[in-house]
Amino acid sequence: MANINTNTRAQKMTFWERIYLPEIAKGLAATFKQALQPKMTRSYPEERFEPNGSYRGRPVLVLEESGERCVACGLCSRVCPALAIEVQAAETLTRDKERYPEKFEINMLRCIFCGFCEEVCPEEAIVMSKDYEMIYTNREDAILGKEKLLVPMAQLQDRLEYLRSHQYYEPQSV
Amino acid sequence: MDILMLFAIGLLKAAIVVFLVMLPGAVIAVYSERRLAAFIQMRLGPNRVGPFGLMQAFADVAKLIFKEDIVPAQANRFFHTLAPLIAVTTTAALFAVIPFADYVMIGDTRIDFAVAPNVNLAVLYILAVSSVAVYSMTFAGWSSGSKYPMLGSLRSAAQMISYELTLGSSLIGIIMMTGSFNLNDIVHAQANLKWNIFYQPLGFIIFLVASFAETNRAPFDLVEAEPELVGGYHTEYTGMKFGLFMLVEFVHIIIAPCIIATLFLGGWQPPIPTFILNAIGIQEGTIIMVLLQLGSFAAKVLFMMAFFIWVRWSLPRFRYDQLMNLGWKVMLPLSLINIIITAVVMFLLK
Repeated sequence: MANINTNTRAQKMTFWERIYLPEIAKGLAATFKQALQPKMTRSYPEERFEPNGSYRGRPVLVLEESGERCVACGLCSRVCPALAIEVQAAETLTRDKERYPEKFEINMLRCIFCGFCEEVCPEEAIVMSKDYEMIYTNREDAILGKEKLLVPMAQLQDRLEYLRSHQYYEPQSV
Repeated sequence: MDILMLFAIGLLKAAIVVFLVMLPGAVIAVYSERRLAAFIQMRLGPNRVGPFGLMQAFADVAKLIFKEDIVPAQANRFFHTLAPLIAVTTTAALFAVIPFADYVMIGDTRIDFAVAPNVNLAVLYILAVSSVAVYSMTFAGWSSGSKYPMLGSLRSAAQMISYELTLGSSLIGIIMMTGSFNLNDIVHAQANLKWNIFYQPLGFIIFLVASFAETNRAPFDLVEAEPELVGGYHTEYTGMKFGLFMLVEFVHIIIAPCIIATLFLGGWQPPIPTFILNAIGIQEGTIIMVLLQLGSFAAKVLFMMAFFIWVRWSLPRFRYDQLMNLGWKVMLPLSLINIIITAVVMFLLK
């Protein structure tokens, strides 16, 4: 029982702390100061969050001027822990790039934004974009095909630069 | 003037007070409570409905009206319905004796700015009516047939009874000084900046703390301590019945400042001595004077309301035993000491 009755903090209180009112005044002053601080809230639709290069948003396929980068190796689909990616390869007629994805689908209901697909991709063809506004009104809409996944390279510059500056290994020259 | 005419005028005044003071007051209270809370927590608060979010309260009410009204199977339907009605009625009845301003002479007719002007037991009326409010909470808690509302209402009953004594006895100093229970006399006695807060600082602090407890505001909001009691006595209420309890809660932070302003902050007395007002040609009973009085009363009430909200978001909730200790061992003796000091000083000055 002894330890219940000993409240050392209460015993050490000074006279003014025991009176309690000065302490209340201090508390009120603290909250008053707090009320004058700049607000943390971002008014969302008007003020949008602009992520930097390290942000992992919706995974997209890089579209160069000459066409898509993806060679349909299927590594992303293989590594995806949530089984969100489906790739079907087909042959091209050109010699410099022999395969392209006939079908490339990411199920955004399954995607967990881990970024493994981007890490594993040998062509830097799939990257995580800054897009965080993903609104789907039904399940079919959430399965993104190639036409929605392909994003021009100019829009992905931040992420590509970030990836280059944070690689653990030097990319091997061909 | 026959009795029917008096009754009609009284009814009209009551309607004006309810629709022009109580409900807009509650709207202002809701808005400022949420906005000030947000500012203290470095948020923005409701700012979407209407300009600066001013229409938020109306949106809330519209939502509550369309909600389903659920009465729990274990509930006593009669008392379950009665409880919010008692709460609203008693709170609205408190406005009856508050003088919002002095009188105005239009022609030969004297119009007093109070529903019931010159009630010679107004202070007792306020104390009596506010203690009836405890019934609404006890009924609400008991009739819900659920343990958390029951516990909440028992707490509220104990809390209100403990603090009612303090509330009453802290006013005795004022009543001794004024020699009247009439709120008009009390306000008139505070003319020329002789506000009771300067003469009764201890009484003011005691009354302020006790009114926090009476209105169930933080730091004494044990009745609806969310972590322990879910929502307190109104846990089992939905729709507009719940809305009425919320209305009462917000009217409390209008009516308590009204009473404090009337008793301690000079009521409708403008913070300018009367001889200066007379010198610049503002006479008693004119419309300008009444507007000045209404304005200064509103300013005092709004200031006290902001203070209530400010305290709520600054102080943590008291523990139940701390509340009772404070009430019986500190506040009540202090209020008795205040009476003695007032008596001694009055005797010596005589």
